[in-house]
Amino acid sequence: MLHIKCPHCGLRSQNEFSYGGDATVKRPELNKEVSDQDWDNFVYLRKSPRGKHLELWQHISGCRQWIKVERDTLTHEIFKTLKANEEI
Amino acid sequence: MPLLILKIYMQKYSVFNLIKNALKGHKDWEVAWKNPTPKAEYDVIIIGGGGHGLATAYYLAKEHNITNVAIVEKGWIGGGNVGRNTTIVRSNYMHDENGLFSEFGMDLWRNMSQELNFNVMFSPRGIINLAHSDAQMNVFSRRGNSMRLNGIDAVLLSREEVKKFIPMADFSENVRFPIFGGLMQPSAGTARHDGVAWGYARQADSMGVDIIQHCEVTGFDVDNGKIKGIQTSKGNIKAKKIGLCVAGSTNILAEMLNMRLPVETHLLQACVSEPIKPILDHVVTFGAGHFYCSQSDKGEMVMGGDLDGYNSYAQRGNLPTLQHVLTEGIAMLPFLSKLKMLRTWGGIMDMSMDGSPIIDKTHIEGLYLNCGWCYGGFKATPASGWTFAHTIAQDRPHELNAGYSLNRFSTGHLLDEKGLGTKTWIS
Repeated sequence: MLHIKCPHCGLRSQNEFSYGGDATVKRPELNKEVSDQDWDNFVYLRKSPRGKHLELWQHISGCRQWIKVERDTLTHEIFKTLKANEEI
Repeated sequence: MPLLILKIYMQKYSVFNLIKNALKGHKDWEVAWKNPTPKAEYDVIIIGGGGHGLATAYYLAKEHNITNVAIVEKGWIGGGNVGRNTTIVRSNYMHDENGLFSEFGMDLWRNMSQELNFNVMFSPRGIINLAHSDAQMNVFSRRGNSMRLNGIDAVLLSREEVKKFIPMADFSENVRFPIFGGLMQPSAGTARHDGVAWGYARQADSMGVDIIQHCEVTGFDVDNGKIKGIQTSKGNIKAKKIGLCVAGSTNILAEMLNMRLPVETHLLQACVSEPIKPILDHVVTFGAGHFYCSQSDKGEMVMGGDLDGYNSYAQRGNLPTLQHVLTEGIAMLPFLSKLKMLRTWGGIMDMSMDGSPIIDKTHIEGLYLNCGWCYGGFKATPASGWTFAHTIAQDRPHELNAGYSLNRFSTGHLLDEKGLGTKTWIS
């Protein structure tokens, strides 16, 4: 089982969290012209690396905050967790 | 022609040969496939020696007479998802593209043991998808009708009919998800997954395909928008046409090519129980969650369900998901709670953003892509190999895989079988 350190609540089991995917994906800016390629990049295209991956999780059975987790997709080791508005 | 080659060059597996070799102490069996060193150049290189890669090489040789072909595999053939799935073969899809493609595959499945001279133990025992509400019965009725319009067999079962087929399911009154009925595809079933890989490998090898194992691709040679060859742990190999058939490793190769794909790699677990006497005659799926079950010829209950739910290349699973999946299993078939688990394992899935696969050309001339199979790669093995071989040989998709285009995401022609939108695995 993964143990994820919520930056708000501390170390909790994976069962309390739900996964939100790649945290490096940025939505194109509002009220600006968006090219098809930019929209594709945002909605569909992913790097899905083997190794370090910065991802979003929600502490859904805890504080319900979205957080960022830096995790290895091969070993499942968790290196770092951050609040959603923090940059790595 | 291929049959003739088979007769001349290849020892046939038959009762006669079995007896003959038994009398000689089984010392004279030919190797099923050779262990060649890679040549400097091939007409076609297939990356990935799983079911789809082996089938592609076989159909390149058989249907298109292209035999100067290499399969490069970083591990051993059949060691990835073709050896890790739950062996289910079906074509119970609603959308035309998926239904017609899969039903074409069902015809190949039905003849596979004869064609490959290898017993793949195809067992068309039928699949039953259980429904747990009136609304779900309506949806299944619609799906069944769509299937029948495409010539696929489908039968809507009432609660009483399901009870006859699966009397050990939970039909009591006070359950959270009562069984209202189900949708059955009688011609669906299971096949011996390893046998499929080995059967395709043996035939491809006999027709001249080089199966190169323990050979990891480390880079690509691309010049002026054209593919020239690959760099591997066993040296550089040239080819003007290269096909990618690497399932969960697709993104790793895509990164070497500076490509971003509408695919993420996720972990899926499966498990088998201790063997018991025959009790479950069909493949059965739970309709109120994600759980499916069948009984192997050895008597083990073969089970699977949800993804672990986060990007992973680990090929081994995590207990919370297994517990969740088996809780659903016990809700459907309460007797499962009495069984001991024999083995659990994991495989890495190439999850496409609309849940349907990609078999297409790419922006690099001579580079072809076969990926995005999500949970459904095994049953697609023959049809995927057949259509991918056509796409490579003719440099254009066959009409059967025309819907599995790479650019459908940017053009909006998604094949969203479940109607759940993108990233269906994030729940």
